[in-house]
Amino acid sequence: MSSHDIPEENLPAEQATHERGRGAVSVADERNPFADPGLPPHEHRIQDVDERAAKRSERTVALLFTVSMLATLGFIASYVTIPVDKSTYIFPIGHINALNFALGLTLGVALFAIGAGAVHWARTLMSDVEVADERHPIEASPEVRAKVHADFKQGAKESALGRRKLIRNTMLGALTLVPLTGVVLLRDLGPLPGTSLRHTLWAKGKRLVNMNTHQPLRPEDLTVGSLTFAMPDGLKETDENFQTEIAKAALMIVRLQPGDIKDKRELDWGHEGIVAFSKICTHVGCPVSLYEQQTHHALCPCHQSTFDLSDGARVIFGPAGHALPQLRIGVDSEGYLQALGDFEEPVGPAFWERG
Amino acid sequence: MKKLSARRRHPLAAVVVLLFALAATGGLYTAFAPASKAKADDTAQSLAIEEGKKLYLVGCASCHGTGGEGTTDGPTLVGVGAAAVDFQVGTGRMPAQQPGAQVPRKKVKYNQAEIDQMAAYIASLGAGPAVPTKNQYNPAGADAAVGGELFRNNCAQCHNFTGKGGALTYGKYAPGLEGVSNKHLYEAMQTGPQNMPSFPDSVLSEQNKKDIIAYLNEVNGPETTTPGGMELGGLGPVVEGLFAWIFGMGSLIVIAIWVAARTAKAKKS
Repeated sequence: MSSHDIPEENLPAEQATHERGRGAVSVADERNPFADPGLPPHEHRIQDVDERAAKRSERTVALLFTVSMLATLGFIASYVTIPVDKSTYIFPIGHINALNFALGLTLGVALFAIGAGAVHWARTLMSDVEVADERHPIEASPEVRAKVHADFKQGAKESALGRRKLIRNTMLGALTLVPLTGVVLLRDLGPLPGTSLRHTLWAKGKRLVNMNTHQPLRPEDLTVGSLTFAMPDGLKETDENFQTEIAKAALMIVRLQPGDIKDKRELDWGHEGIVAFSKICTHVGCPVSLYEQQTHHALCPCHQSTFDLSDGARVIFGPAGHALPQLRIGVDSEGYLQALGDFEEPVGPAFWERG
Repeated sequence: MKKLSARRRHPLAAVVVLLFALAATGGLYTAFAPASKAKADDTAQSLAIEEGKKLYLVGCASCHGTGGEGTTDGPTLVGVGAAAVDFQVGTGRMPAQQPGAQVPRKKVKYNQAEIDQMAAYIASLGAGPAVPTKNQYNPAGADAAVGGELFRNNCAQCHNFTGKGGALTYGKYAPGLEGVSNKHLYEAMQTGPQNMPSFPDSVLSEQNKKDIIAYLNEVNGPETTTPGGMELGGLGPVVEGLFAWIFGMGSLIVIAIWVAARTAKAKKS
């Protein structure tokens, strides 16, 4: 819409002139060299001066609100008619659940149309005349303040707290004791872990059970370059304490060429190149199992700590503080892999008393 | 002879002759037929090895050595098995374009017959996993839920929860598993290509592998339905939250500024 559609006599510039100077305007003097220019002259919108434009705006707003109503009805209709497991293909998105798509689209349109209608209504039809409102003091009037003081004094006197000392003292006692209920609940932060952080379920003679097949592992099951996860024999996934125990006992088993192992202790604690390390990162306890079989590096997905499994799981990158603990393994009389004891050091992240 | 000749008109003579004839034919058949068939197989196999060796010498030997013994540019292929060849060449990773942190998947350079011949040659160098049969990797009837558990335990650390892939160290990465055929998925688990560890049948049984393939087809197949659409790479809530905060909130702010910046006055100043 351009200005030549508006009737000549209604052009806003004519009205603007006699509204000038309506706000608080000060003039420059010696103490205040910068004059307050006051509010700029109010300028009208097309809708203020042209009834046809105002009608158009009204229709637009009404249309937006109607669209919102239709979209809401569409939302209810989709909820009722579309089966929950129906899948559909929508061009740029791909295969998508039809119900989710319909509900999201209709609700989005319904909400957006209400917002757009309200904004259009406020901007084109509601009054846009600038209103200046002077600041006023925050303090209450002297009379109100005097009354409040008097009321408070009278109340204090009538409560007789100063005179009835028994009530006062017992009340103070009650108020002091009540917070103790909260303090006592802090006991639930404990009990202290004791030595449980230092021990896992691994012990001498425990077989290494494959977590995929739930069968005890034999050395010939593991080929060079393979990666296997094991848990101690006897632990069941249905056990109540399974999560607590596997969080400490999770084991990562890899097989290297014995000649590739640089660390002598690692070679001794393994079995013909089969080495078993704790799967729990020594930084904050994420499962370390991104194993690169050619470089023998295992890295942690959380903070990229990298351990060299051919060199005693030494930390070669990242924030981890110490090497992954290694489990001593051997073969029992029936040819199954077994632990030769618990981990020599606590697994997982360091803690205050770890030493 | 006369005795025999005299009895030629005996009522049972025809039966005896017939039995003799049958025994002779059957005996001759058992003596010759399987032998000739085996011979034919042998020649086909050695022919494939022979052809495979020719292809190998042209396309592979410069990095892997003329006898598959490996050089500084490529590892030894003795004992990697036919499955490894079928995976590496069948996904276009081999022949490699250039040495680097990781050889990417690309357009396949050989047809399946040539790949089979090279696989036969490499398999003849040393024992290794064979190319799986359709029966081994067909996920029909496998349990996708169990497969999901196995995938999260064994694979998700690198390949992400629904096989979208992820970064490793020094430019290496775990590739996305979308669009990888069932056979190649099976072979990758079996052989452990490049830096991926291997999961032989002894630690991840054939049924386990089928379950994993069924899971991947379920969550990462061409027909997979994403409940909400716009999965943003399927990388999880961190990405989704970041997207909502930066792009969602950002676009709202931009719209608010745009609405406020446009004056409704008749005279534009």
